[in-house]
Amino acid sequence: MTSADFSIVLPEFLLAVYAMVALLAGVWFGKDKLAPTLLWITSGVMLVIAAWIGLAEVGSHEAFGGLFIDDAFSRFTKVMILVSAALVLAMGTDYMQRRGLLRFEYPILATLAVIGMMMMVSAGNLMSLYMGLELQSLALYIVAALRRESEKSSEAGLKYFVLGALSSGILLYGASLTYGFAGTTQFAGIIGVVQQGHLPIGLLFGMVFLIAGLAFKVSAVPFHMWTPDVYEGSPTPVTAFFATAPKVAAMALIARLVFDAFGQVPAEWGQILALLAGLSMVWGSVAAIGQTNIKRLMAYSSITHMGFVLLGLSAGTAEGVQAMLTYMAIYVTMNVGVFAFMLSMERDGQPVTDIKSLNQYARQDPTKALAMLVLLFSLAGVPPFLGFFAKFAVLQAALHAGYIWLVLLGVIASVVAAFYYLRIVFYMYFGKETDPLDNRMPAIQWGLLMVSALAMLLGIFNLFGIEGAAQAAAAALVN
Amino acid sequence: MQHLLSIVIFTPAVAALILALVLRGGSPEADRNAKWVALTATSVTFLISLFLLAGFDPSNTGFQFMEKYSWIMGFQYRVGVDGLSILFVMLTTFMMPLVIVGSWNVTDRVKEYMIAFLVLETLMVGTFVTLDLVLFYLFFEAGLIPMFLIIGIWGGKQRVYAAFKFFLYTFFGSVFMLVSIIYIYFHTGTTDMPGLLVYEFPYTPVHILGITIPGGVQTLLWLGFFISFAIKMPLWPVHTWLPAAHVQAPTAGSVVLAAVLLKLADYGFLRFSLPMFPVGNLVVGPWAMWLAVIAIIWTSLVALVQTDIKRVIAYSSVAHMAVVLLGIFSGTQQGIEGGIFMVVAHGFTSAALFLAVGVVYDRMHTREISAYGGLVKRMPAYATIFMFFTMANVGLPGTANFVGEFLILVGVFQVNTWVALFATTSVILSAAYALWLYRRVVFGDLIKESLRSITDLSTREKWIFAPLVAMTLLLGVYPDLVTNIIGPSVTQLVQNYHDALPDNLLSDLVEH
Repeated sequence: MTSADFSIVLPEFLLAVYAMVALLAGVWFGKDKLAPTLLWITSGVMLVIAAWIGLAEVGSHEAFGGLFIDDAFSRFTKVMILVSAALVLAMGTDYMQRRGLLRFEYPILATLAVIGMMMMVSAGNLMSLYMGLELQSLALYIVAALRRESEKSSEAGLKYFVLGALSSGILLYGASLTYGFAGTTQFAGIIGVVQQGHLPIGLLFGMVFLIAGLAFKVSAVPFHMWTPDVYEGSPTPVTAFFATAPKVAAMALIARLVFDAFGQVPAEWGQILALLAGLSMVWGSVAAIGQTNIKRLMAYSSITHMGFVLLGLSAGTAEGVQAMLTYMAIYVTMNVGVFAFMLSMERDGQPVTDIKSLNQYARQDPTKALAMLVLLFSLAGVPPFLGFFAKFAVLQAALHAGYIWLVLLGVIASVVAAFYYLRIVFYMYFGKETDPLDNRMPAIQWGLLMVSALAMLLGIFNLFGIEGAAQAAAAALVN
Repeated sequence: MQHLLSIVIFTPAVAALILALVLRGGSPEADRNAKWVALTATSVTFLISLFLLAGFDPSNTGFQFMEKYSWIMGFQYRVGVDGLSILFVMLTTFMMPLVIVGSWNVTDRVKEYMIAFLVLETLMVGTFVTLDLVLFYLFFEAGLIPMFLIIGIWGGKQRVYAAFKFFLYTFFGSVFMLVSIIYIYFHTGTTDMPGLLVYEFPYTPVHILGITIPGGVQTLLWLGFFISFAIKMPLWPVHTWLPAAHVQAPTAGSVVLAAVLLKLADYGFLRFSLPMFPVGNLVVGPWAMWLAVIAIIWTSLVALVQTDIKRVIAYSSVAHMAVVLLGIFSGTQQGIEGGIFMVVAHGFTSAALFLAVGVVYDRMHTREISAYGGLVKRMPAYATIFMFFTMANVGLPGTANFVGEFLILVGVFQVNTWVALFATTSVILSAAYALWLYRRVVFGDLIKESLRSITDLSTREKWIFAPLVAMTLLLGVYPDLVTNIIGPSVTQLVQNYHDALPDNLLSDLVEH
């Protein structure tokens, strides 16, 4: 390990050191009393590292002989991962604390998962890919089952673990096939073996298995079965975590893999991703119609959104990657806001997840209802909110690549999806009067809800400048 | 004034923002303040838009009052008006103060109600003046949100069904326009409308799934826009959301819907279908005209059997909008001028009729025709006003509607005699359902106990109808007021349309 290599992985390294120190501190000082403080510190550390990465010098670097890549693409996604993880952790504190779920392991596991994600988006080798993925997944399996005494939470954790292990198996099988036929695990090496437009059959199988394994992580149909159950069973702050950072990381990893290792044959993986995208958009929209549990509904919503992101990626162009990154940034912002609201949904101190409980919420708290309205219309992709521009970007990229039927399918799916978002608006604004929800909402949740709703509205002026950053990131990946 | 147009667009939105941030809702005083703020804002917007009209040069067929700023993703904030769009803008700004006065009796969530209407005004005006495709889509679609809430919150018994139907129907239609817009952006690299208006889209036939499509890309793009506008208009057979929405919407909501929102579709035909895709229009336009003919006859007959006053007027709107479509798609000077004329005239008439229904609904809380009869004995002023607008709706000479319908029929006659023949039945059928409705509601003996204590129009209500009566008469006897403004732009449009279509084009297209 040379010092040059070391300086490139310094952010990850420091975060890992922090996790170890926090673990020791947690064990040393009477455990859970420390947890709230630890959680806030963790959030702070993540934000600091995000700022550091965001402001770091530009350029592409490789460490450890290509195992780890640090370029504009990885920096863009790392900032997204760190910021969203920090915000989600911070806004869930109150919820976890009052339900006695705030053990000191929670922030530490989340930190480890984040390190895994940072590894994933920087992976330049099948081995570092797997390492990052497993570090992330193992931490998340435990977090999903955090509410030990609850059957649903344990079920969520177990289900996630079993299916996750299966998908890891598929992924490893694909990796071994790829290694067998390419003779190397290095992305740069694989792309050398893949001749222009021609892919040996073994490598093709390897690629399909690799993508299938990763599709599980982004919960693309038909690898989505775990999503609604895990979303429903996990404590809401954990669900919020699932819906944001890991999705970014897994999606970035797919982009990394297909462009860095199989960039010469975009037509081959383009159609796989297009299929996943089409299925996810349609099934995510249709299956959500009957849901009455807002957490399950958001699970299907995330499936639909991942379909749209995959649609952008399937274009196989820099434009598509840029659209995908823009979409992810907007998606994460919306989800932070929606989950901040969901965390505050309580009646008599007990969390409620039935959307019927929102009946006439607009009378009870017009400001929060309005913010939610903005976010829901934005999720549905109705202009003038930012969600529309996210959809516009991916549809444009897909149309550019000639996926006209898929684009038509996507827009029709978005009409179907609009229905279930409207249903929430319906309960909030037109529903019958019922027992009101509690008025309690910690300042941080309120703040994030408002900031995210305002961002959906004000972002249309200049997209907060992420356009340029996303373009640079896409250019770094596709060259 | 460099930013006059933007000021017209955003004045209502600023007022809405002030209402939202400053006013604490709930108390009767706050409600009264909300109404006054909304009335002031819409009136001021109307006054400012008069400057627009005064400064408008009809002989210049290009865009005027242009403003241009760069925006995200390569789009532009670009606005401007020409002879085709200025009257749509004026109609909107003229109607909005009347709408606010018309909803003076609202008691439920007044602040939110006013905010919704103010935001809606911004979005409607924005749609008419934007010169960037994506910005157009943004305004066009965003208008669904306030209207969804207006129907859903302040509507009648089945408001939820109506609101969902309204939203999903129109949202479904407009995604096809979105795909077309994305295709145009991808194909030409721009969303700048003045540039696209002179761009010639390819029209060599294309083959999709083994079917040859004459007119190729132009036909497909034309269809993409047409589906969206046809649902918005609404054209038979996709009109079913409109009666539901109209009946369930509060009075002011119906007025805005009939007077302005439906006109977005007519504007779309004028702005996109004809000038951008002339070949597409040549290929599919005749079919659309036959759909319109069916719409006229079908919905007029359906209007005859309705038992709800608002439904009759809603179906009458569908029929009259189909007449406008005929005028525009005829591609002739008279037809298009008549179409725009009819848009303005129908804006006044349908608004007045819905307001008239609102007047009796406020008193009796029912819209069943059978609940009324003999109103003339207790409400002479109301009977007069209602009679005047019934006649206008029928197209009596002397009212603006007559001029519009006449011009349209003249225009259509030049291109297709059969269509014109059937379209003429519109006049007879509308007389049938409108006069019959009038007879059942206003004439006859006052036998219903409940109607004995009904009161005539209040001063406020008279003041709402006065400007509408004045405008309908004025344009009826002096149509030059409108035709002078739109004439040169329409001439230009017609000329461009015919220049784009070589004489033997249609036969070429078929032979390919």
